[in-house]
Amino acid sequence: MRIFDPHIHMNSRTTDDYEAMHAAGVRAVVEPAFWMGQPRTSPESFYDYFDALLGWEPYRAAQFGIQHFCTIALNPKEANDPRCRPVLDELPRYLAKDRVVAVGEIGYDSMTPEEGEALALQLQLAMEQGLPALVHTPHRDKATGTRRTLDVVRESGIAPELVVLDHLNELTVGMVLDSGCWAGFSIYPKTKMSEDRMVTILQEHGTERMLVNSAADWGRSDPLKTRRTADAMLAAGFDDDAVDGVMWRNPVDFYGQSGRLDLDEPKPDEESSFEGNSIRRGGA
Amino acid sequence: MASTGMSDSAPPDPRTALALHPLDPAGRAWVDEAEARVAARSTAVRALFPAVRRHCGRDRLVEHWTADEAARAVLLLALPLDGTPLASELAGLFRHGDPAEQRAVLRALPFLDVPEEAALGFVREALRGNDSTLIEAALGPYGAARLPDAEYRQAVLKCVFYEITLDRIAGLDTRADDELARMLADFAHERVAAGRDVPQDIWPVVRAFPALATLTEKLAAETWAATPERREAAVRALKALQ
Repeated sequence: MRIFDPHIHMNSRTTDDYEAMHAAGVRAVVEPAFWMGQPRTSPESFYDYFDALLGWEPYRAAQFGIQHFCTIALNPKEANDPRCRPVLDELPRYLAKDRVVAVGEIGYDSMTPEEGEALALQLQLAMEQGLPALVHTPHRDKATGTRRTLDVVRESGIAPELVVLDHLNELTVGMVLDSGCWAGFSIYPKTKMSEDRMVTILQEHGTERMLVNSAADWGRSDPLKTRRTADAMLAAGFDDDAVDGVMWRNPVDFYGQSGRLDLDEPKPDEESSFEGNSIRRGGA
Repeated sequence: MASTGMSDSAPPDPRTALALHPLDPAGRAWVDEAEARVAARSTAVRALFPAVRRHCGRDRLVEHWTADEAARAVLLLALPLDGTPLASELAGLFRHGDPAEQRAVLRALPFLDVPEEAALGFVREALRGNDSTLIEAALGPYGAARLPDAEYRQAVLKCVFYEITLDRIAGLDTRADDELARMLADFAHERVAAGRDVPQDIWPVVRAFPALATLTEKLAAETWAATPERREAAVRALKALQ
């Protein structure tokens, strides 16, 4: 089984997680730029974070046979802090990078005007760069927030097939699919969405434009939730092709719209000034 | 001492490398246009520099240059800047660059008219990190020729720890000295005492300096160690050293 986790925060995870993910079938991930739990108070700490998503994290992932891509944005929570907003000025530099396959996470958190402005502006940046957009939906007052998010997406003029609305549930999936956008689901141990509920949603709404992710981060979460959902799909009678569609082909199709999803990137060892591989000595 | 490092001859000009190993016509046309835009307005480099790889690929052209690194170097050479203004634009590209962009800046340093302290700042930042591809690029001809002795020795030792074989870094033929050989010999002893193997590429440096005699004595003593793994590691190391 091959799995592409379209939303996971690997900079909060250990190498044990990478090993377990690879053993479970995960071969590619997208790490969206988001909040880190501890609020940031200056643009410079965002740039260091972006650099880690573009440098250290893909380097780490490659050691475990996993391709790592990212999405870059000023996230909704921190869009509310005026000290962080200058990040928006440097985004075009970062959105031009090879491993950036979407703008994200953008969207609403507390439904403030500042969040709405940052969302609209970053949808414009996505259109300028020809990139898809990963849009977070709020956890509080979710249905209203999702409806408002869809309005902003529509007003922006971005093609709906370039947009995924994430963290959906039984009450928001219908309106998102009707809009032509992609539907994302974060499978969590307790909150958001469980693997069994996810299977029911797939039975009711089909497998097209559906993205299933673990959204594993620094909180209580599980980087193997993609695999557990795939197993639940099989147990419920979905065939291998349907599972492969949801777990691999859908994320490849969605992020592939960036034109930058190069799944044949070399391992870091091959980026040497010399041909050939170095022999790994097993660390110091 | 026997030649251990990469050749110390100057790397080829990136424009020459690209002329000898041409990109496909679309890639070449993209570079030509990007070069003209950068020459006309230096800040255009900020969006063009990150996009190079998608247009030029990453094939290896010659030792020192891949296609993307050479094309990125060509854009840097097109900047209508020198001295401190050039250093400032480069600092932005390096600070916001992904590893492939940072490697390109490091490999282009021998061709750029930029103050040495600024350029060595990039070299030092790469050497502080954990990405072995950046550490290797930092120890190319520019950094290897200019880093102070103590920093150069630390960088070589870091390569040994990061599994970058020493034939991939510049300057060893001229910069290896008594102190570097002593550091590598102590490292070898530490590995043997842990019952572990010693990487083969450090031996040519150790053999060429007085550290050889001291290490031979220490390893001979280790062949009498209590733990069998330690004795066996010492025997293997002594055999490799001779």
